[in-house]
Amino acid sequence: MASLRKTSRLFAAARPAVRSNIRSSARGFASVQSSAVPPSPDPEAKTKTFHIYRWNPDEPTSKPRMQSYTLDLNKTGPMMLDALIRIKNEVDPTLTFRRSCREGICGSCAMNIDGVNTLACLCRIPTDTKQETKIYPLPHTYVVKDIVPDLTQFYKQYKSIKPYLQNSTPPPNGKEYLQSKEERKKLDGLYECILCACCSTSCPSYWWNSEEYLGPAVLMQSYRWLADSRDTKNEERKAQLDNSMSLYRCHTILNCSRTCPKGLNPGLAIAEIKKEMAF
Amino acid sequence: MLAQRAAQQSLRRLAASQPSMLSQMVFRNTMAPLAVSSSVLARRPTSTSTIQTQKLTPADSYEILVAQRKNRPNSPHLQIYKWQITAVMSIMNRFTGSVLSAGFYVFGLSYLVSPLLGWSLDSASMAAAFAAWPVALKVLAKFAVAMPFTFHSFNGVRHLVWDMGKQFTNQQVIRTGLFTTGIATVSALALALFV
Repeated sequence: MASLRKTSRLFAAARPAVRSNIRSSARGFASVQSSAVPPSPDPEAKTKTFHIYRWNPDEPTSKPRMQSYTLDLNKTGPMMLDALIRIKNEVDPTLTFRRSCREGICGSCAMNIDGVNTLACLCRIPTDTKQETKIYPLPHTYVVKDIVPDLTQFYKQYKSIKPYLQNSTPPPNGKEYLQSKEERKKLDGLYECILCACCSTSCPSYWWNSEEYLGPAVLMQSYRWLADSRDTKNEERKAQLDNSMSLYRCHTILNCSRTCPKGLNPGLAIAEIKKEMAF
Repeated sequence: MLAQRAAQQSLRRLAASQPSMLSQMVFRNTMAPLAVSSSVLARRPTSTSTIQTQKLTPADSYEILVAQRKNRPNSPHLQIYKWQITAVMSIMNRFTGSVLSAGFYVFGLSYLVSPLLGWSLDSASMAAAFAAWPVALKVLAKFAVAMPFTFHSFNGVRHLVWDMGKQFTNQQVIRTGLFTTGIATVSALALALFV
């Protein structure tokens, strides 16, 4: 405590200067942008260019455009999300994107990076500085702003499959429904889905039919409840999928499994549903 | 730390016994910096608040959302998504299937109307006409017909394997894709050159 007090006394002398700084920087973000001119070209700098999709809802008549930002990779974290956060903090505070956990468990930062859907927080920045990175919102989604997509339809579809345990009989032991180890094992690779929508928005079939086709993410969750030994509404669940659009718009393109940032396999889950429906 | 906790506790006790006094203290604390800034800004015209707020019912805000949604652009898709073997094989399967069925229908219908229009599409005259072509053109034409056929057939087998729920990992999908393309090309070449 004593040492703290000493330093605070030291700082007290410099306080007026600090205050005036705060006041001048309160002018606005524009001044931040203009003062971010690189002081001197660093010979060691590994500069990489990022082209990022921009669209502002406050200017609804203007078309979406690509904006380029250049960062020194030596001063940036290893992941794409680090680069985006650094651009927002130091270069352009108007850049808008979703992010939360920065460790691939929330699914907020799903976007199209270099042509493939992934989570920005799990995607390493390629160290090849000649190769320029392009960042778009999730494909064939309505854009709220910049790289923020409107996922209303996606969540509506998720709700439509009733993603919760349905069992009208009370548990035999009066407390909970028990599962064997084998029954529990069937849910591995299904329950880990974080609903980031990377797979659904990578599916060309979902692009053309997202109004009616449920898409890989939602179908995999549908299978997660079909495969659950405790759920007794299998027939109702299957009847809901038994039409030409909900399930059978899947043409086994398998962009979904290819792109899943969590390493899951929605394509396989859909194949398992098709098998259950057939036999 | 101990001193801090003691101070906090005494403050709490004070608040419990004399709430009016505490509120005065808080007031005094917040007023001090306000007074400083108002003396600095004394010359400027003062306004109470620059932020305009608006009261909205849920129905109003929904209308605003609907209006906003009408403006939202659709994000780029086909033109920006990376061409991977998964989507390429799928579109080729669709394309070769279309070519095969279109060829089948075009030839079938032509054969159907050929007596009416005086075309000679019987096997003997077609074989004779084909025999007159130069060799390179013959091979090319045969390959152009054979390749969609072999590709679509072998990829059909790949789809049957998938329908059994097998070969679904990324590595397997890439491997079977390359294998299917290879075997389709080789067999199409064999059909074009030796049959």
